[in-house]
Amino acid sequence: MAEQILLEARGLVKEFPAKGRRKVHAVSDVDLTIRAGETLALVGESGCGKSTLGRTLIGLIPPTAGTVTFQGVDLTALSQRELAPYRRQMQLIFQDPYASLDPRMTVRDIVAEPLVTYGVCPDRAATTQRVRELLDAVGIPEEFLYRYPHQFSGGQRQRIGIARAIALRPRLIVCDEPVSALDVSVQSQILNLLKDLQERFALTYLFISHDLSVVRFMADRVAVMFLGRLCEIGGGADVYAHPLHPYTRFLLEAIPRADPRLRDDSRAILQGEIPSPIDPPAGCRFHTRCPYATDRCRTETPALRPLEDRLVACHRAEEL
Amino acid sequence: MDEYTLKIEHLSSGFFTERGYVPAVDDVSLTIGKGQVVGVVGESGCGKSMIARSVMGLLKYPGRITGGSIALAGRELTGLTDRQLQPIRGRDMAMIFQEPMTSLNPVVPVGRQMREALLLHEDMSRAAAREEVIRMLSHVGISEPEKRYNAYPHELSGGLRQRVMIAMAMICKPKLLIADEPTTALDVTIEAQILRLIRDLSRETGMSVLLISHNLGVIAQMCDKVYVMYAGRIVEQADALTLFDRCAHPYTRGLMDSVIRLDASPRRLPAIGGVVPNLLRLPAGCAFAPRCPHAGEKCRAERPELDQIGPGHWCRCFEGRRS
Repeated sequence: MAEQILLEARGLVKEFPAKGRRKVHAVSDVDLTIRAGETLALVGESGCGKSTLGRTLIGLIPPTAGTVTFQGVDLTALSQRELAPYRRQMQLIFQDPYASLDPRMTVRDIVAEPLVTYGVCPDRAATTQRVRELLDAVGIPEEFLYRYPHQFSGGQRQRIGIARAIALRPRLIVCDEPVSALDVSVQSQILNLLKDLQERFALTYLFISHDLSVVRFMADRVAVMFLGRLCEIGGGADVYAHPLHPYTRFLLEAIPRADPRLRDDSRAILQGEIPSPIDPPAGCRFHTRCPYATDRCRTETPALRPLEDRLVACHRAEEL
Repeated sequence: MDEYTLKIEHLSSGFFTERGYVPAVDDVSLTIGKGQVVGVVGESGCGKSMIARSVMGLLKYPGRITGGSIALAGRELTGLTDRQLQPIRGRDMAMIFQEPMTSLNPVVPVGRQMREALLLHEDMSRAAAREEVIRMLSHVGISEPEKRYNAYPHELSGGLRQRVMIAMAMICKPKLLIADEPTTALDVTIEAQILRLIRDLSRETGMSVLLISHNLGVIAQMCDKVYVMYAGRIVEQADALTLFDRCAHPYTRGLMDSVIRLDASPRRLPAIGGVVPNLLRLPAGCAFAPRCPHAGEKCRAERPELDQIGPGHWCRCFEGRRS
């Protein structure tokens, strides 16, 4: 089966103005493709630009430069009005289930809102019926239809947010840290639900997370991001078994393993802090923390290039 | 001198609310030896932070200790007034939190805050205190400590703030450090740095650590002994190797199973069904029975006791002995 490309970004740049004519380089020169039906995970530490990239890809934030093509149409060339029919095909699930639902609206109205906005159902009764079906799909009992968000637990609220996101039968859903605020036992329930819905409704996910374990479970492919640039893109199992970029390797090494026999005090830990995106390092942005950096890394930006079974942006990937 | 740095016996504490008494910690006993790192693991609302606050004497109305004893190096802490606790807090025991900004004063440079903490407990000159603070900042891995001494908390990154809070907690060389989710807000590479720092400091100084976390990975990497909490009670305790090799309580089993493996791609994750019970309306029998795959009639009617099932291994379950 040929893998159909659903969304493609080319040379995507997003800069925000900062104090004194300076700029926050949130996303720099990103090329990325998302294939129909897959889960592509975007991983990286806080401030690396992964949420900005996710929002730019689905047109919530206009890019500074570059193009985003969705099903063959260049979204960046469209007006807000022309964008509307594509918008409904791209939805977002938020991290904080407490902040992302309007506390004054009932569950019925929250989930019905996108249906009403796009005039999907002929009348109120049909809308309510559709909301019932959506809530059933995410495991919220029908009798909770007229309750308010504060009457639900974090996990249940996240389910309501998911029902709202799938209401318009989108092609692509950007899941931005969807389980980070939840307890472990609830986290598993929500991840299983997301996988079930993907199968049932043929969804494509861009799954944004800083939690490498969660990403391992969800992702078909993984894109690792550091300070606005992509370091490595590859199949989930491949990247975890055999990371090629030094940053990916340190990230995976740092996960605290749930096995007291795997304590290793000699294990290399990445030193230093993440540099500021206002004044990112020249050359490879990771060079200030990378123990393998050479003069070339300090001056020349490594391109994302094919190596073995994936793409990697490191001058020294072969030798390391 | 008592052999335990911290010895908690039959501690109960909770909140007196309009809707009734919320038993956040119910009959908890826990010991930490000198230089030991002891973990308490459980989900939100299980009472793990309440233990920490009870020990530190930081319970605010309507929270209160309702029974039991807390001994720090042999000295009883329950019943002490806030004034009597003041010289003990900071000098003999110190606490670090998930969010450093809640414990750092935003309008005072970090070095001065640390110097004040030191001068409160130690009889030394201001210049000597400054020296000691700079030495401590450098000791927790902060580069350019003289420069950071004058920095305000907001000028530092999350990882640096966490280091400053640890330095501040360590400045009086406490016997006990209580760390409540110390790395939950940090990125994974910074988390690794902070965990290693806490363990190194404990080894160097013989300081005991009470580590509270929801993350079994953090617990496995750090702890000598582990207590698992559910709905205010200890449901299992064992040394770390025993717990991770052969846990006995179905709740512990459920937590272990929900840890995602990095070397496999299962189609589904095992999940604990249902939700944590409301502490105001706890079930009559075992609090975990409504979510437990093995629960029988007895579990729903009677509360199980914490029974010893092996050397240093305790479990609160009628079925536990079998697994």
